Amino acid sequence: MTQTKNKRPEISPILMAVLKGRLEQIADEMDATLFRSAFNPIIAEAHDASHGLYHRETGETLIQGKSGLPVFVGAMAFAVKSVIDRVQAKNIVIEPGDIFIFNDPYEGGTHLSDFKLVKPYFIDGELFCYLASVGHWHDVGGNVPGNYNPVATECYQEGMLIPPVKLASSGVINQDIVDILQSNSRLPESLYGDLNAQVSALELGVKRLSEILDEYGRDIIEGVLDQLKNSAAQLMASYIRDLPDGCYSADDWLDNDGITDQELMISLDITISGENLTLDFSRTSSACAGPVNISRSTCIASCYVALKHIFKDVPANAGVLDPIDFIIPEDSLLNVKRPKPVGGYTETILRVIDVIFQAVANIDPTKSNGCAYGTINALSLAGFRENGSRWVMFSFFGGGHGGNPERDGLNHGNAPISTATIPPLEILEAAYPIKFNQWALRQDSGGAGLNRGGCGSVYEIELLEERADVFLFGERGKLPPLGINGGASGSLSEFYYPGTDGKPTCPPMVSKGDGIKLEKGQKLLLKTPGGGGYGNPKERDADKVVEDVRLGYVSTESALQDYFCHLDDKGILDLEKTNKLRKVL
Amino acid sequence: MPEPSFIIGVDVGGTFTDIFVLDEDRNFCEIVKVPSRPEDQSTGILDGISKVSKNFEDISLIIHGTTVGTNALLERKGAKTGIITTTGFRDVIEMRRRDRPHTWGLWGNFEPIIPRDLRLEVDERVLSNGVIEKPVDIDQVRDAAQQLISMGVEAVCIFFMNSYANSANEKLALEAVQSVWPNDYITCASEILPEIREFERGSTSALNAYLQPIIGNYLERLGTGLAKGGLQGEVLIVQSNGGVMTIDISRSFPVRTALSGPAAGVIAGAYIGKVSGYDNLITCDMGGTSFDVSLVSDGDTALAPQTSVDFGLVVRTPMIEITTIGAGGGSIAWVDRGGLLQVGPESAGSNPGPVCYGLGNDRPTVTDANLVMGRINAERPIGGMLNSLDVEASKKAIAEHIGKPLAIEVMEAAEAVIQVANAKMAGAIRLVSIEKGHDPEKFVAMPFGGGGALHTGALIKDVGLAKAIVPRFPGITSALGCVIADMRLDRVHTLNVLLNNIKLGDLHKEIELTSKASEKIITQSKVKFERIDYVFELDMLYVGQTHSVSARLPVNINKIREELSLEVIKKSFEDAYFSNFGRLLEGIDLRILNLRVSVIGRRPKLDLHIFAPSSNSSLKDAETGERNVWVDGGWQSAKIYNRLDLPEESSISGPALLEQSDTTIFLEPDLEGSVDKLGNLIISRRE
Repeated sequence: MTQTKNKRPEISPILMAVLKGRLEQIADEMDATLFRSAFNPIIAEAHDASHGLYHRETGETLIQGKSGLPVFVGAMAFAVKSVIDRVQAKNIVIEPGDIFIFNDPYEGGTHLSDFKLVKPYFIDGELFCYLASVGHWHDVGGNVPGNYNPVATECYQEGMLIPPVKLASSGVINQDIVDILQSNSRLPESLYGDLNAQVSALELGVKRLSEILDEYGRDIIEGVLDQLKNSAAQLMASYIRDLPDGCYSADDWLDNDGITDQELMISLDITISGENLTLDFSRTSSACAGPVNISRSTCIASCYVALKHIFKDVPANAGVLDPIDFIIPEDSLLNVKRPKPVGGYTETILRVIDVIFQAVANIDPTKSNGCAYGTINALSLAGFRENGSRWVMFSFFGGGHGGNPERDGLNHGNAPISTATIPPLEILEAAYPIKFNQWALRQDSGGAGLNRGGCGSVYEIELLEERADVFLFGERGKLPPLGINGGASGSLSEFYYPGTDGKPTCPPMVSKGDGIKLEKGQKLLLKTPGGGGYGNPKERDADKVVEDVRLGYVSTESALQDYFCHLDDKGILDLEKTNKLRKVL
Repeated sequence: MPEPSFIIGVDVGGTFTDIFVLDEDRNFCEIVKVPSRPEDQSTGILDGISKVSKNFEDISLIIHGTTVGTNALLERKGAKTGIITTTGFRDVIEMRRRDRPHTWGLWGNFEPIIPRDLRLEVDERVLSNGVIEKPVDIDQVRDAAQQLISMGVEAVCIFFMNSYANSANEKLALEAVQSVWPNDYITCASEILPEIREFERGSTSALNAYLQPIIGNYLERLGTGLAKGGLQGEVLIVQSNGGVMTIDISRSFPVRTALSGPAAGVIAGAYIGKVSGYDNLITCDMGGTSFDVSLVSDGDTALAPQTSVDFGLVVRTPMIEITTIGAGGGSIAWVDRGGLLQVGPESAGSNPGPVCYGLGNDRPTVTDANLVMGRINAERPIGGMLNSLDVEASKKAIAEHIGKPLAIEVMEAAEAVIQVANAKMAGAIRLVSIEKGHDPEKFVAMPFGGGGALHTGALIKDVGLAKAIVPRFPGITSALGCVIADMRLDRVHTLNVLLNNIKLGDLHKEIELTSKASEKIITQSKVKFERIDYVFELDMLYVGQTHSVSARLPVNINKIREELSLEVIKKSFEDAYFSNFGRLLEGIDLRILNLRVSVIGRRPKLDLHIFAPSSNSSLKDAETGERNVWVDGGWQSAKIYNRLDLPEESSISGPALLEQSDTTIFLEPDLEGSVDKLGNLIISRRE
């Protein structure tokens, strides 16, 4: 809305602060409406959804809800832009009451499970802005229930692909579209419920926006939106200005693409010049055959998440990205086009976030933190009950957060890209024929450091009925989460299933597995990574190391090897030996 | 000797202990405020009560809302506590539901209240269907108990997986621990919360054990002190669910008092509203650091199933739903790096407090802005701790920290602070009303606490509420709530069964047994009841969903067997589901997750006419002077009244300031206030 900026009335700082809260509340309320009425636990429990208001010409984020999935905050702008582009390219007439729907990951970002609904908002027949809603649906077709197909080589194996089409025209839902969507899902009722809930969220957003426009008038609201963007841009620029000019690099790796066991490099060169920041991913590996590619818009969205974690008080709107340039080559695995598979995008964007944390640590370690566990470990078990009914258990798992300049990393946290929780084991045991034998923190998994990485976890799952198929989509099986500023890496992710000889076996693709059969009484063991450490472990207060050993977060061996602290078998510190050891090394 | 006739409500706040004394026989009430004693709240209470009753023998009942539990949790000052749990699961309370403290920024951490070395494992296992796969190893339990004793533990929590489905192993372990360790402070998770979800059950039970010695000792000291003074009557403690319970039950289940203090205020608000003809209201409690809102709809307070006292400290027990935001009188106003004016969440609290207190804080607060704008009387600070307030210091701080960075004059800056604070509070009110589908025009605001009434006028305009009702004594609402609260016991039990598979006979029996057991506890006290009410609810959902809705069963306690059929259960669920989501799903099976039974002993109600204002005085008598107040960018002269002297049915137009010892009410120029026959001030927009 910058083109008419000069005509805007002056907005007082008071009105600004008041209306910022009111506008943000619209998006928050849309989030809340969807969470409450969705039928699918990935939205209802894990909050894998997001809402906001977007610019009528550029699609840029104007206002974003606080409770949605962080990675959508950046991705939605691209989704709205792809609707705008399509409307222009095809000369589509848009009217009040229209809603577009699509899940094309190459335009709007993320993966096929995420359905975006985009609704134009008019004032007196003139387009004012767009409202949008995105949510992760339970099943959208494809080869694997739940759509985490670790061996997909084309998006068509991952699910149906819908381009931006009109779900509703002038307020009337096109039932044909709904029928097509439902007949492409294994869980059509769940899909129908989620679709309706998203429509309700958009309707509510329209109502609330109308109320606030009636109260304050269009000029004021546009002025506030403009200023909010400028304020975010200025704030971001001021933070960049505080960083020393120069070029800083970081590299990290994905284990493999699920097809060939070959590492893929994610590389970043950050250039800081005054208030400008360039994120250059040129040295990153080329697009791969398996599903760990992402589209350019997803890549930018994940950069946004990383920067928001570092500069947390910058408002969530397009202004954050104003001072930032992106270089993402056309052939990169971070910039793929149809039909390259993108189903495992969560793993790749976690790595993009990791390289940003590392590169920023190279600029100024006190602004960053060790890498978090870096894999969502999507595990599904599917089988048939004794009575013949089908069951599918689908869950994510937690790991450690990185050590940071202030303190040790969080034990068993959620991934930086989400705010999702996981279901209690009692709910899983009550719903599926499985039993957990262990649900515990993992010793020695947090990277050593002045401030230690948080602990990952150990989960052992036993099958209680005849047989099940197992799929795992994970990462960090070969290359651990890195520490910063002299901190050590966290531990690797490990996954074991009973091989043909019955002995615990790792999948050929290490962190990804499909076609695994589990028999009654057999067990799966998943050990998730801890976070990377912060600072030199030798500088960690020996008393803290003793305490970690006493509490079992760290073993006596690791205390000696990683922290150079000499403890006897009762856990008592030998100060003399320790001092000597720490001095020599 | 005459029958004891005093009923006393006691609320202990951060600064003051409020005592509300009702003399039932003489239809008379008295209010006492004494300084709180943070080191031992019971001393403050005894001081206060001694002021109204020289000989405690004239007291029939003392009802107490306490923050001892909340404070112990927030400050991590509970007892050294151990856990005995199933092998493989000692980390459940530390692993939480895999979350993090803040959405943005990954530097947060969590320290469990029970450290890892005090969490011991024993062999045992119950499956989700209640089958005991592995009996509990009693020797291991005894060894674990001995080990905890040797480590200096005061309280212990026994917490096994799936104990909601079968508590036999937990019960055996409890006996084993008791056999080697005679200890009042043993918590058994299935007794605290026999409900599915191990983290929530484990956290609630661990917090219960952690609080037992603290609350136990506190209630002991209080009880001894009162007995020494001659008290024969009963002492009751307010629970987070807004009901009261005996001291014995409160000692066994201290976690149920986690939100005792704020709950009492909402109870009082709901009652005053109802008696005054307002069934729909939003209570707004503004203290030094926070603004707490709660919704009362059709006279009923809203209950939330659980809350987090702090990150990861989850308490799952029914509690009055209160939404808290960091906007109190002591909230600090500041300008952020991007040039936006912010209020809170940082607070100067009551010590050092606002700049005008002169106790060392130099950053401006909401109270400083109110003072500079003439809305607070600098010569008559509420509470009586200070003699006067330093207006010039407030002005200087606002000019420096707000005016300068925003390039505006000091008065404009003060007004801006109030507007931003009002906007934040309005947001909280919208959150509990509009966002939950309630029409604000049908609700009135009820401000209480020290600062609420200064902002109410702006709030009703901002949110579009019909009116505001300021109770006669806003500063002691929580103490009043103690006197009003009913006795209440909630129980939950997970059934987790398909509706079509439920054995109705068993359900009937369970409802009856639970009701009788609760009723017995309630009627054992010496408290008088008008009647006993029963509420039966089933948490139900369509198979495949994860969020349940609560279906209230329309059945009579004496006719459970005749009235509770499968059809009644199904209809109750469908009514509840439809009112939540506006639709039903055809052909999907129903699951019953939990049974909830609440037994409520209704206490005789206080007659609010004892607050009635004088009917023979005139408005003129109440007028005490005039003062300039800053409103809408300029100074206006506002009349000042002594609020308690305002006669019944008198009406006042804004701008006006109504002063009383515990609060100040500000009527903006476009508002008017009128006094009803119960002494409430009703604020509405001027026609």
